[in-house]
Amino acid sequence: MTQNAVEMRGIVKRFPGVLANDHVDFDLREGEIHALLGENGAGKSTLMSVLAGLYKPEAGVIAVRGETVHFNSPRHAIARGIGMIHQHFTLIPSQTVTENILLGLDEPRFFMRLSEYDKRMTGLGERFGLKIAPQAKVWQLSVGEQQRVEILKMLYRGVQVLIMDEPTAVLAPQEIEGLIKTLRAMAAEGKSIVFISHKLNEVMAVADRITVLRHGKVTAVGLRTAETSKAELAKLMVGRTVLFDLDKKQQEPGEVVLTLDNVCAENDKGLPALRNVSLTVRAGEIVGVAGVAGNGQRELADVITGLRRATAGRVLVNGEEVANRPTLLAIQKGVAHIPEDRTHVGTAPNLSITDNLIMKSYRQPPLARGLSLDSLAARKKAETLKDEYAILAPSVGTSVRLLSGGNLQRVILARELSGQPQLLIAMQPTRGLDVGAIEGVQRLLLAQREAGAAILLSSEELEEIFALSDRIVVMYEGEIVGEVAGADYDAETIGLMMTGGKRQGIGN
Amino acid sequence: MATTASRRNYQLPFTIRIEPRLNVPGWLGPAVSLGAIVVALLLGAIVLSLVGGNPWAAYAHIARAAFGDLGVFSDTLVKATPLIFVGLACSLAFRMKLWNIGAEGQFYAGALGASAVVLIPIVPPEAPGWVTLPVMTIAGLVCGALWGFIPGWLKARLKVNEIITTLMLNYIIVALTNFFVFAVWSEGGFQMSKTFQKAAWLPRLADFAKQVPLFRGLTTHAGLILAVIAAVVVWYILYRSRWGYEIRLIGDNPKAAEYAGINIVRNTVLVMMTSGALAGLAGMSEIAGVVHRLQTSISPGYGFTGIIIAWLAKLNPLVVIFVSILFGGLILAGREIQPAGVPRLIQGIILFMLIASDVLMRYRVRIARNADAGVEE
Repeated sequence: MTQNAVEMRGIVKRFPGVLANDHVDFDLREGEIHALLGENGAGKSTLMSVLAGLYKPEAGVIAVRGETVHFNSPRHAIARGIGMIHQHFTLIPSQTVTENILLGLDEPRFFMRLSEYDKRMTGLGERFGLKIAPQAKVWQLSVGEQQRVEILKMLYRGVQVLIMDEPTAVLAPQEIEGLIKTLRAMAAEGKSIVFISHKLNEVMAVADRITVLRHGKVTAVGLRTAETSKAELAKLMVGRTVLFDLDKKQQEPGEVVLTLDNVCAENDKGLPALRNVSLTVRAGEIVGVAGVAGNGQRELADVITGLRRATAGRVLVNGEEVANRPTLLAIQKGVAHIPEDRTHVGTAPNLSITDNLIMKSYRQPPLARGLSLDSLAARKKAETLKDEYAILAPSVGTSVRLLSGGNLQRVILARELSGQPQLLIAMQPTRGLDVGAIEGVQRLLLAQREAGAAILLSSEELEEIFALSDRIVVMYEGEIVGEVAGADYDAETIGLMMTGGKRQGIGN
Repeated sequence: MATTASRRNYQLPFTIRIEPRLNVPGWLGPAVSLGAIVVALLLGAIVLSLVGGNPWAAYAHIARAAFGDLGVFSDTLVKATPLIFVGLACSLAFRMKLWNIGAEGQFYAGALGASAVVLIPIVPPEAPGWVTLPVMTIAGLVCGALWGFIPGWLKARLKVNEIITTLMLNYIIVALTNFFVFAVWSEGGFQMSKTFQKAAWLPRLADFAKQVPLFRGLTTHAGLILAVIAAVVVWYILYRSRWGYEIRLIGDNPKAAEYAGINIVRNTVLVMMTSGALAGLAGMSEIAGVVHRLQTSISPGYGFTGIIIAWLAKLNPLVVIFVSILFGGLILAGREIQPAGVPRLIQGIILFMLIASDVLMRYRVRIARNADAGVEE
């Protein structure tokens, strides 16, 4: 019987307004690769940050090799042999690999004798199949190589437990293979690895055991990979939520409003994020985009609204090309956009509710009068919208940074929906909202549908997409891997497609 | 748990907690600023007494020398005039979070442009004032705008840091001005041009002494009127125009501005040009209102003082007027007490205090007894 390297019991971690970990249990055996599976925001990274000493849990016990521990900082955790590699690397670009690895250690002291350490690094790397040039400066390295430096950093510090937060997100396919080999070599030496991921294929390929998190709770503890299936995992990961009885009227969709024709685009890192995406949305129709976050949904919305360049393909709104044109054109064509990122894209935090509500309408009368802005009319409009959309705030002069998530979303909804959009791009419109607010937002979307707007809806809540959509397209790694029409959706099939396990029904 | 218990032993009987403010009452801003100035003056008083001076006598003297009678107040206003312009220039750019620290250079560019009108000459020397002065104003404005355009364009198109470019352009234009002063327009080898003809002088209060005897000897010139008009215009732009709304939106969150369909590239260039034009007007008004010739060191660092003024006024164009007058007084009275040193030091302390006090606008400090602190989550 192998001993447990780490045991976590009843971990509770709360952030303002969010219960990130709700009495989570987790076991890690020696010499195993243990995958932590779950959607974005399920609490995987939080749980592991607790283990790595980055966060202190509100409740719960952590035991390392049977001994209860309390970590006050990552340093304590590393002293106990637990190290975490984050999605964003913590390397200093202008320094060499060796210098980066030695940084923060007590040794070497005054005289560096770096060449000697260079040899040690090469040796350590060879042991685990990590090819590196110790004298290379970090800025010269590819992302995959930088990740190897991070792993070496941990190995050099003698960690027994290595936590990797979505390590494959930044890697090319060949690099992923190399990483998996390294992890296997480490496990063979008796080290334990926690592999955080939301990609089913990968998890099935790498992990010995799997723990699944959903909404901060464990839905499956330590399943043996051999004894489970992708379908089961998809179900555990996506789960089901209670839904309200939304009365969605039967209606025939009208003219095609949005057409995407083989659209390609890159993400912020310059990697392909959309691969030949083609889809149409008709007036009075909701098309749901199902997919695990980070599979191109944001880039899709950005390309349609003109915020991101399309590297290929065409985007037509009512027959007119809007891709690679000013954002203003899409706005003038009646494209409303509820952005995924409310605070950084959707609002200006220090400006008032009024100023945030007029962002799309200040160019036309009655708000615009020549070059002037009629502040009285703006205020009146804001007050009307504040009542209509039940925005809770002392006054319309309040800075929006003081609003709660739900109220902030209401500000955005009020702004975007009050313009009677032809096309609505709704990204995660209910994320982080409480139950009542979610229902309100969903009803607003249905009302827009009835009013004849074409709606493209992206949500991480599959149930929401099921309840609202007339059609569903599934995105995986920037591609549309499936399209399902009708009201009878099968969560397992769609879950499989979302995680790259299946393709279906993509015609033409 | 043992560690936390032992740490408790070292705690004070109360804890000081700093919490974000949810509501900022209207009176808080002025109250905090006033408090900061009082604290600054008290600190200044300590410094003054440490160097052996009588702080209260010194402060009284400063007040008298800056605001004591009509004559000195008029001089204070003369000093305040260029400060208003550069303060506005910085306020406008800073609203968009464009760190234009090149108001000094744009001031020189404006002065050079205005001088060129007289010295080339573009307008014949015998032309009347109502021709010469508007042409000089436009020249100052355009040259300042040009000196703002360069860093604005570099920033917008090539993402070059505007702090570096505006700072470096300061040195270039000062050197360029020196070139003209020494080589081209030097009068008899001195480091100055010839004195401008009267038609190129902005009218002063003293010019009307015949009609209003009270104005005798008062040097306040028409540049002040121009500055106040500029302040009102900038206020209108920022708070009442669509363009101002765009500037505020870009300043607060460029991504949201982009999302709202605002052209950030064009606005960056435009705001830098307008900012430069305002600073250029400062140069023009100083040349045509005070110096009446082009010479070296026409500015004792007005452009940099403009940065301070903009911050003290919290980027509000109308408040810029009053802060400029205060600073004009400090500069004037400072010379009375000591050529350098203490007055500058007091300026520095005031600025430091005002900027530090901004924390109190956003956070409240609460002192809680430990019994209460123990139950916090």
